[in-house]
Amino acid sequence: MLKINNLHANINGKEILKGINLEIKAGEVHAIMGPNGSGKSTLAAVIAGKEDFEVTEGSVELNGEDLSDFAPEVRAHKGVFLSFQYPIEIPGVTVTNFIKTAINETRKAKGIAELPAKEMLQLIREKADLLEIDRKFLSRSLNEGFSGGEKKRNEIFQMAMLEPQLAILDETDSGLDIDALKVVANGVNKLKSEKNAVLLITHYQRLLDYIIPDFVHVLHNGKIVKSGGKELAYELEEKGYDWLK
Amino acid sequence: MGKFTEDDLKKELETKEYEYGFYTDIESDKFPVGLNEDVVIAISKKKNEPAWMTEWRLDAFRIWKEMTEPEWANVRYTKPSFQDISYYSAPKTKKKLDSLDEVDPELLKTFEKLGISIGEQKRLSNVAVDIVMDSVSVATTFKKTLNERGIIFCPISEAIQNHPELVKKYMGSIVPKTDNFYAALNSAVFSDGSFCYIPKGVTCPMELSTYFRINEGGTGQFERTLLIADEGSYVSYLEGCTAPARDENQLHAAVVELIALDDAEIKYSTVQNWFPGDKEGKGGVYNFVTKRGLCEKNAKISWTQVETGSAITWKYPSCILKGDNSVGEFYSIAVTNNFQQADTGTKMIHLGNNTKSTIISKGISAGHSHNSYRGLVQISPRANNARNFSQCDSLLMGDKCGAHTFPYIEVKNKSAQIEHEATTSKIGEDQLFYCNQRGINTEKAIALIVNGFGKEVLNKLPMEFAVEAQKLLEISLEGSVG
Ligand SMILES: Nc1ncnc2c1ncn2[C@@H]1O[C@H](COP(=O)(O)OP(=O)(O)OP(=O)(O)O)[C@@H](O)[C@H]1O
Ligand SMILES: [Mg+2]
Repeated sequence: MLKINNLHANINGKEILKGINLEIKAGEVHAIMGPNGSGKSTLAAVIAGKEDFEVTEGSVELNGEDLSDFAPEVRAHKGVFLSFQYPIEIPGVTVTNFIKTAINETRKAKGIAELPAKEMLQLIREKADLLEIDRKFLSRSLNEGFSGGEKKRNEIFQMAMLEPQLAILDETDSGLDIDALKVVANGVNKLKSEKNAVLLITHYQRLLDYIIPDFVHVLHNGKIVKSGGKELAYELEEKGYDWLK
Repeated sequence: MGKFTEDDLKKELETKEYEYGFYTDIESDKFPVGLNEDVVIAISKKKNEPAWMTEWRLDAFRIWKEMTEPEWANVRYTKPSFQDISYYSAPKTKKKLDSLDEVDPELLKTFEKLGISIGEQKRLSNVAVDIVMDSVSVATTFKKTLNERGIIFCPISEAIQNHPELVKKYMGSIVPKTDNFYAALNSAVFSDGSFCYIPKGVTCPMELSTYFRINEGGTGQFERTLLIADEGSYVSYLEGCTAPARDENQLHAAVVELIALDDAEIKYSTVQNWFPGDKEGKGGVYNFVTKRGLCEKNAKISWTQVETGSAITWKYPSCILKGDNSVGEFYSIAVTNNFQQADTGTKMIHLGNNTKSTIISKGISAGHSHNSYRGLVQISPRANNARNFSQCDSLLMGDKCGAHTFPYIEVKNKSAQIEHEATTSKIGEDQLFYCNQRGINTEKAIALIVNGFGKEVLNKLPMEFAVEAQKLLEISLEGSVG
């Protein structure tokens, strides 16, 4: 589904990604781990199409289609979802209004009529329940004054609403308490199917106990330096990254 | 968002022409250009006015002749030449109309284009519409329901004929002829406008609404609105306008006077969408408006405005809080794009004890525009325990526009509590990327962010009006990024 070939990316003339190769097939869960500053969030942003980054070499393909010419919203319409490491505040725009707009814009792009208000409401309720989100929460301004954990939970709520093909979760586990982690992991697992794929970015093996990866990759200095099965995560937890450098 | 689909919006965003820049081809009866005593008399005569009204106009004209245009506002423009304007234009209606079926189909088409067809209005919202096309009211609906409650809602020309005692008593009592240059001009030549009287203890059962529209090229609009809410009554009044694109600047100088007697409440909402000028800043309406309300004991006046149009806006809806415990509110969103200039705000004059005022002003500037908030909060020596809360927020898009705030606070009584907050923000790249990542394109994302920014004000508008206002915000910020 996702195929990354020899991907190089710069920001302000500084090379951050230095030749990434990665293939994710439908139905798979991949985890990316790696030290701070190794380029994990950059990789996520480049896949999502953030224009601050300049792709100097290589390509990102989704279902055989090169994404390089597509704007971020078009990539979203094609099924790419990014749960942000640091979700952004939008004052005065409620969680409900935001997700409603996102859904209807995506439908519009696909030539489907807007989701009728009643169905929208039903869907919102269903997904909010799945993630144990209080209804009152839905009428608050997006991410404004949310606690760290609330922001992350809200990201996964949006993911649940949008049902993406490829979900990239950038440190969604950071900031979640133990119970919240279970709820969120449960939500992700419920949404997982043979048709979609998940790319987890995390520092902690703990998340991988709940969402079990098929592959674990270590990103270091803009390159994938090691790949393995889920046992690699335990090894990293024990030994750290030094031995891979 | 109700009746406007996303596709409609998209289409509107694609057309660079001002959406409502069409020109209705209705025959008009129009005066030659120029202004002198004879023209004033002719206007009065045309409307069959009684002698006292003619005298009143002439008096105003003499006052105006001695005045000069104010220069203090933070706006730059070529002053209109007052002798090049025709001061009267009325659609040639053959006869008085009793129902909408009799209205000129051209006119109905115009309303359809505006997306506010009368039929829809009726069906949707319980709204009585007094349509002001150019200068003379052509149709008045819902009269009967209002009549049953003793509510008078009619063109001001009609009120002059039928309710002279009310007009004589209140017209000019809040905005005197001597008040300012534009108010004096309006007093001399006002062509039409609305009159509304709510009797004692009556709650007006529907939103009263007037759609104004400048139609004839080169015709100044001088609307005059007088609204009286008698003791213990309540009314919500909606004023909305759009204008066709014209090459020359069009002058609009309206006067609105509100009187809220003891325990009465008036909610006055405006969506203003006069032609703002093209991308280069050419054309566009000059909007110089004097709006003021008087609150007697326990009365409340609430001004809500969404200002997206006009090349120049000069407008300060104000409240004189004369009675004890009276309340004044001002909620405003002003958008400027391209070369628009707005200098708008409010005055809250606290005279009575325990008077309270709230000011929420949201300015959005894009392109090369300038957006100024100018507000005065005045607490008189005998106003004990007066309170004011002011919040002025500015949102900037791009780096060529300007936002300015000029808050004036004059406190002459130590018991007053005044709070003032101000913020300036920009739409962030991160916010846009976040929206984009969720499938929301940049244009739509801006609309979303702007609507969020203006939410406290939009929430004050009646439902149907809020939808229209949101749409206007989106249209008026078209092409403001990239
Ligand atoms: N806008 C920018 N300008 C300059 N350098 C940047 C910019 N954005 C990211 N970088 C740099 O790119 C490198 C990779 O950053 P990135 O956020 O991808 O790391 P990460 O692996 O996600 O780290 P963490 O685990 O701390 O989240 C860092 O050295 C960072 O400072
Ligand atoms: Mg990161």
